[in-house]
Amino acid sequence: MLLLLPVVGTLWVPFYARLEPRLFGIPFFYWYQIVWIVLGSLLIGAVLLLTRNRSDV
Amino acid sequence: MSRSPSAFVVFAIIFAGVSVLGFAASRWGSGDRKSLEEWGLAGRGFGTIVSWFLLGGDLYTAYTFVALPAFLYGAGAIGFFAVPYTTLAYIFFFVVVTRFWVVARNRGYITLADFIRDRYGDRRLEVAVALTCVAAALPYVALQLVGMQAVLTQFGAGSQLVGGSALFVAFAIVAAYTYICGLRGPALVAFVKDSLMYVTIVAAVLIIPAKLGGWGHIFSAAGVALARHVPPGALLVPPNMYFAYGTLALGSASTLFMYPHSITSALSAKSRQVIARNAVFLPLYSIMLAMLALMGYCALAAGIHLDAKHTSLAVPLLLESLFPGWLTGVAFAAIVTGALVPAAVMAIGSANLFASNVLAEFTQERPPGETHHAKLLCLAVLAAALVLVLTVPVPFAINFQLLGGAWMMQIFPVAAMGLYTRWFNPHALLAGWACGIAATTAMAVASGFKATFALGGSGLVGYIGFYGFVLNLAVATGLTLLLRATGSPHGVDRTVPADYA
Repeated sequence: MLLLLPVVGTLWVPFYARLEPRLFGIPFFYWYQIVWIVLGSLLIGAVLLLTRNRSDV
Repeated sequence: MSRSPSAFVVFAIIFAGVSVLGFAASRWGSGDRKSLEEWGLAGRGFGTIVSWFLLGGDLYTAYTFVALPAFLYGAGAIGFFAVPYTTLAYIFFFVVVTRFWVVARNRGYITLADFIRDRYGDRRLEVAVALTCVAAALPYVALQLVGMQAVLTQFGAGSQLVGGSALFVAFAIVAAYTYICGLRGPALVAFVKDSLMYVTIVAAVLIIPAKLGGWGHIFSAAGVALARHVPPGALLVPPNMYFAYGTLALGSASTLFMYPHSITSALSAKSRQVIARNAVFLPLYSIMLAMLALMGYCALAAGIHLDAKHTSLAVPLLLESLFPGWLTGVAFAAIVTGALVPAAVMAIGSANLFASNVLAEFTQERPPGETHHAKLLCLAVLAAALVLVLTVPVPFAINFQLLGGAWMMQIFPVAAMGLYTRWFNPHALLAGWACGIAATTAMAVASGFKATFALGGSGLVGYIGFYGFVLNLAVATGLTLLLRATGSPHGVDRTVPADYA
């Protein structure tokens, strides 16, 4: 279920199609999506750790 | 246009080193080189690190690195869909590909279509999937060469002849080591390619924004430049394109892992865990990808003017104008080796599909001589791509590649959903696939080969592959219900639940 978060986060375009707030001069639209790369990776990592004990993977 | 001799020297040294490395791969690893599993999947023995380099090396292609910034350079924010696309692709990768890896190991599959044959017992469906994958991969291989050509032409003082013959030589070298070493060749070269790529991008991020007066200035200058384009671009996706942006990202994400090069690299991993870990660590490449995409804006801010047909030169020109000579050489070597790795893996993947799913008979045993066929086919795929690039205009190859992506989405119900459920009737899936392919092709032709289509004339603008997929699924579901009601045969499933665990 954790894996659904990035799906919502990256596909809800109207939410992030904006210029402000900027980060280092980069508009929100751009850095928001870059942040999701990292969050997506962390969430997959979390799921991997949480499920490790449940199976023989 | 070869302004800097040091750039050429560095480039030539790196390229020579890479070629030697490719051939050296023949000494790497043991095992019987005559089996397709050894040649085409490196004996399924790659650990986390090798897989990371190989997957990174072939998913993030030179074409991506040239075309993506060019997309932002030309059209603005819409091109950034590649970023959510790769974020979502790893979710699919983590969930679906790990499952596929397990069943592939248990049943000895080399391609995605091997699974289809076993799962549905339907030869037509197997061939349909195999041909879709090959048709999508071929223009992709061809486009790798376009990226290479852009660089080589820079060195050849803009001469098409010099650029063309250099391309031919580079390609012959790749073909030779791929033929001899199989997947180990590109895997070893991927280490170099990825390292060069990281060096280039880190340098670009450190040097370029500083030279251009910071990100704030770059974005405002790019915004001004984009507004002057015909048709005008913008720094934000306009509201009528929200749906298109989302469906492009989701649609592309759902197809990435089904391409022959992804499957080939994924199956060469030695355990399920290797793939799962890579889903966590591969996104590092996506950050690089996002930075590179923004280089398209840097090119705008740097005042590089190119007409709409030559936007692919945006990044090579930007690097050449702002990097010291030797670093330009490194960057160009990164682009060229970045083309060679995916081209080789795509050719291997396509050859595997052709040899074991299109040509081979419907048997359980792997036919003798299969590896030999695959090796020859691999050369054939590379040769076909070279011919395609030298004879067909580039925009045509781009259109074809785009359409290939939309076609790939039409095998999603058969392949990805098929890993979880055998509810669908094989005949219904085949009909759905045919409708999906026909619909996406028709939409692409009607819109003049754009990735997006306005449904109902002025209605909702969305990704053509996504629309095709919705139709495909509706047909497959409807026909399955109908065929179940009439009690028609459901086909044979040779896999058992234990194969998936």
